[in-house]
Amino acid sequence: MSDARNQARAVLEGPDIHRALTRIAHEILERTKGAQSVVLLGIPTRGATLARRIAERIAQFEGVKVPVGAIDITMYRDDLRMRPARPLGRTELPAEGVDGRTVVLVDDVLYSGRTVRAALDALNDVGRPRAVQLATLVDRGHRELPIRADYVGKNLPTSKTEKVKVFLEETDGRDAVVLIREDAARDTQHSGDSKEDAR
Amino acid sequence: MKSHLISAGDLSRDDALLILDTAEELARVSERSIKKLPTLRGRTVVNLFFEDSTRTRISFEAAAKRLSADVINFSAKGSSVSKGESLKDTALTLEAMGADAVVIRHPASGAPHRLATWVRGSVVNAGDGTHEHPTQALLDAFSMRRRLGRLEGLKVAVVGDVLHSRVARSNVLLLHTLGAEVTLVAPPTLLPVSVETWPCQVSYDLDAVLPKSDVVMMLRVQLERMNAAYFPSAREYSRRYGLDRDRFARLHDDAIVMHPGPMNRGMEISAEVADSRRSTVTEQVANGVTVRMAVLYLLLGGSEPAIGGAE
Repeated sequence: MSDARNQARAVLEGPDIHRALTRIAHEILERTKGAQSVVLLGIPTRGATLARRIAERIAQFEGVKVPVGAIDITMYRDDLRMRPARPLGRTELPAEGVDGRTVVLVDDVLYSGRTVRAALDALNDVGRPRAVQLATLVDRGHRELPIRADYVGKNLPTSKTEKVKVFLEETDGRDAVVLIREDAARDTQHSGDSKEDAR
Repeated sequence: MKSHLISAGDLSRDDALLILDTAEELARVSERSIKKLPTLRGRTVVNLFFEDSTRTRISFEAAAKRLSADVINFSAKGSSVSKGESLKDTALTLEAMGADAVVIRHPASGAPHRLATWVRGSVVNAGDGTHEHPTQALLDAFSMRRRLGRLEGLKVAVVGDVLHSRVARSNVLLLHTLGAEVTLVAPPTLLPVSVETWPCQVSYDLDAVLPKSDVVMMLRVQLERMNAAYFPSAREYSRRYGLDRDRFARLHDDAIVMHPGPMNRGMEISAEVADSRRSTVTEQVANGVTVRMAVLYLLLGGSEPAIGGAE
């Protein structure tokens, strides 16, 4: 790979991600007064991993066992007709359900806000939470819908021509958030996070 | 670009696994109180049935409705127009209605294939003559995988009227693609002429095959398609090829019994076996909806189909 195309830059390394998730866990505990009746729902694939990590930290800090699950949003996307049908992710709701609880949606990157809108629709079909909040590891701006995160790991100013890719130990063998410039982005598209490509 | 599901043989291993995995996720939707997804909003699915069917038609209808598609049921039974013409006329009508998918059941083998050349939408074969019934094979494979946890290396016996069975042909093709080993068991008169070219084993002796099988799929004896004497008497058929209590006892403990329905109780399967816990007959019906949802989603859910042969 030539230097001109090799413009991927790690903006968060393992310890940074670790600290960001620790802070988010503390903030959730603070904002929800001890995370009673909180349910963490991650958006597959990496949001689901992040939700599990946050739940582990909450359990560690205050001994509260927060129900964790995943909610797949593929069937609720607004851009389904723009690309071939995609494989579905896994939806796993905790046995307690979401009715009357505070659901914290967890995603890796917040960008246009369309994924979160789809998640709100999906959530509507599985129950009626008392409140819904949003946690994201990276907020890269460029919102296209009136959506805002309640818990943010890192605000990352980006250009629309850049891509943000999140790597997590559980799925990718390492922890990192990488910012990729457009010309380099083209090369990594195939291996990249499909959720990013879709935007 | 358009794509159809006409033969189970059109599906690559990856296509077939994508359908089964998608169905696995969709099965969870059937468990919740709101069993509807907005995915196919604004798409039209036409059920075009030239032949009697309860479960397949209802199953496709439920699948399309759960994905929010508009469903038009077109029952062409009783049409007096000659077959070829009426099919083409019907196709033109469907074109005018803007059908995104046509689900067709027809007594003539090859009708869906023909239809596919006349309409713009995707054609899904819901059973054509004695040719194929691919979504039945998919739901059978799905049911096997859910019960037994795998398909690779499974030993599947398909027993009975193979000659008239579109289910058998589709199952042989699909299960072969997915790595299972199929043995067809039938009297020689109920096997098609070219059966030696199919990717499977053939046996005339049910008792020899049973103890080695993980899955026993009983086929319906299709009396309505039989215009000649294929076996001496129903009683003799039942004694040699029917699954009764004694034969059932010879299956190994984890083996399952399947039947695509409708069953002739007392003929190819005894009531006791059909209602046992190791029979998947009712599961197959429930799984049918999920698998058909997966097929419709993968054909219609995106800008272009994710499965099947392009045409």
